[in-house]
Amino acid sequence: MNIALVLIAIATVFALVLGIVARSRHEMSLEQWTVGGRRFGALLVFLLLAGEIYTTFTFLGASGYAYGLGAPAYYILAYGTLAYVISYFMLPKVWTYARSHKLVSQPDFFARKYDSPALGVLVALVGVIALVPYLVLQFTGLGVIVQAASYGAVSKSLSMIIGAVVVTLYVVISGIRGSAWTAVAKDIMIISVAAFLGFYLPIHYYGGIGNMFAAVNVAKPGFLAFAAHGQSLSWFVSTTLLTALGFFMWPHTFGACYTARNEAVFRKNAIVLPLYQLVMLLIFFVGFTAALVVPGLKGAATNISLLKIVVAAFPPWVVGIVGAAGVLTALVPGSLIMMSAATLFARNFVAPLRGGQSDETTVLLAKFLVPVVAVIGCYFAISGSSTIVALLLMGYNFVTQLFPALIASLLPRNPATKEGAFAGILAGVGTVVFLVLTHETIGTLLPGLPDVVKDFNVGIVALLVNLVVLVVVSAVTAGRRLPLASQPTK
Amino acid sequence: MKPTSWLAIIPFIGMFAGPILHNSVTPFILGMPFILGWITIWVFLTSAIMAVLYWFDPVRLTDKEDAR
Repeated sequence: MNIALVLIAIATVFALVLGIVARSRHEMSLEQWTVGGRRFGALLVFLLLAGEIYTTFTFLGASGYAYGLGAPAYYILAYGTLAYVISYFMLPKVWTYARSHKLVSQPDFFARKYDSPALGVLVALVGVIALVPYLVLQFTGLGVIVQAASYGAVSKSLSMIIGAVVVTLYVVISGIRGSAWTAVAKDIMIISVAAFLGFYLPIHYYGGIGNMFAAVNVAKPGFLAFAAHGQSLSWFVSTTLLTALGFFMWPHTFGACYTARNEAVFRKNAIVLPLYQLVMLLIFFVGFTAALVVPGLKGAATNISLLKIVVAAFPPWVVGIVGAAGVLTALVPGSLIMMSAATLFARNFVAPLRGGQSDETTVLLAKFLVPVVAVIGCYFAISGSSTIVALLLMGYNFVTQLFPALIASLLPRNPATKEGAFAGILAGVGTVVFLVLTHETIGTLLPGLPDVVKDFNVGIVALLVNLVVLVVVSAVTAGRRLPLASQPTK
Repeated sequence: MKPTSWLAIIPFIGMFAGPILHNSVTPFILGMPFILGWITIWVFLTSAIMAVLYWFDPVRLTDKEDAR
C-alpha cells in the first residue's frame, strides 16, 4: 500500500468516526434520520445545500468536461448561480408548507399539495430513477480516485466496489447529521485543494492563467468558444436553463431544505452561494491545463484527467491528499443520495401501495434498501462508460420534469389539477425515455428545423411537452370541478 | 409580485447575453476566454443583485425577528 492510499484510507476512517460521533447524541427516529429534526441553522443548511455543489461531479466531472470538450463545460459555472436566484422565491414557500404539514420528503409535498397520493408515488418513482445516474457518478468518481491513487494496482471495478461499501456503511451508521458534519470537513479540504491546484498548475506549466488559456487557444483553436453545431450556443442556453430549473428538484436537495430552522436561511444563501460557485473556475483551470499537459484521454477516460495531471506533477503524498478530498466529495453526496433513494422507495412508494405501514417498518425497510441501492449503483458504474457530466445531465432530464407541477402548486391559485400534474410529469419523463432509448434528437426527428432548435437539450424538449400536456389536461379536468388549489397555501 | 422582484430577471438576461452576442474566444477577460470571463463577472453581479433585492424586500424585516 503506498502513501497515497494510506492518506485516502485515513480520510475515510475519519469521516466514518465523525458520522458515529454525530449520531451518538441523537435518537434516530425517521424525522431525525432524514431531516435532522428540522433544527439545522443557517450554517448546516448552507453546507448541506453546498454539499450538492462540490461533489465528485465538480471535482472530476467539471475538470474532465473542460479537458475533453472545452467551452460546453462553462454551463457548470452558470447554472448554479441562476438556480439560487430561483431559490430565493421558491424555497421559503416550500419550507413553510413543509413545516406546517410536517412533511419529510419531496413526494409528500406533491401528494399533499395536489391531494393525490398517486401523484406522490409517481414523484417518488421519478426521483428514484433520477437518483440512479447521480449515484453512479459518485461511485464512478470513487473508482477513478482509488484507481489513480493506487497507480493502477487496484482495478477500476474493485475500486468502485470498495467505494460503494464505504458509502453504505457510512449511511447506515450516521444518517443526515453525519452528512452535514462531514460536509464541513469536505468543503474545507476541497476548497484548499482546488485553490492550490487551480493556481499552481497553470503557473507551474505556463507561467500564469492567461498564458495557459492563450496556449490552449493556439493548440486547439475554437476549443474555448461554442461550436456551430452539436454542443453549440443553443445547447449551452437550453442546458443551463434545464439544470437551473432542476437544481432543487432532486429529492435529496428538496429534502435538505426541510432541515432549515427558518425561511430566512434561503434568502441569505441566495446572496452568498453564487460566490461559492467560483471554486468551479479553479477546477476548470486544472482541466484546461491538463488538456495540454496530459493529452490523449477520450470519452469516459476524461474523468481521470484531474488526477492524471496531479500524478504527473506531484509526489504520491500530494496525490493522497487530493484523493482524500475527492473521496470526501463522493462520500457526502453519495450518502445523501443513497439515503434519499432508500427512504423515498420505502416511504413514498411501498408504504402508500401497502397501506397502514408503521414508521418503524419504514425505517427498517429504508435501511435494508440502502445496500440494495448500493449494489444497483455499483452495477451501473462498473458496466457503464459515460463521462461524469453526461451522467448528471441524464439525471437532470428526469428530475426537472417535476418543476412545472411544483411551481404551479406554489402559485396563489394553482392553475394545474392533479390530473394535469400527473399527465405532464408522465409525458415529460416518457419523452426523455423515448429520446434516450432511440438515440433521437430534435435534429433527427425533425430535420427541417433550424440548427438553433436542433441542438436543444433533450430535457428541455421534454419539459416543453410536459408543460403543454399539463396545461391541456388541467384545462380539460378543471372544468369538471373546482381547482384544488383554491385551498389556502398554508 | 413586489416590484423589486423583477430584478431577478437580470441575471438570466446577463448570463446569456454575452455568449449569444459574442461567441468568441477573444478578447480575454481577467486572463480568461471571453465567455468564461463574462460568466464569472455575472456570478459576482448576480450575488450583488440578490443582495439589493433582499435589501428592498419587506420580508427582510420579519426575517430579522425570526433570526434571533
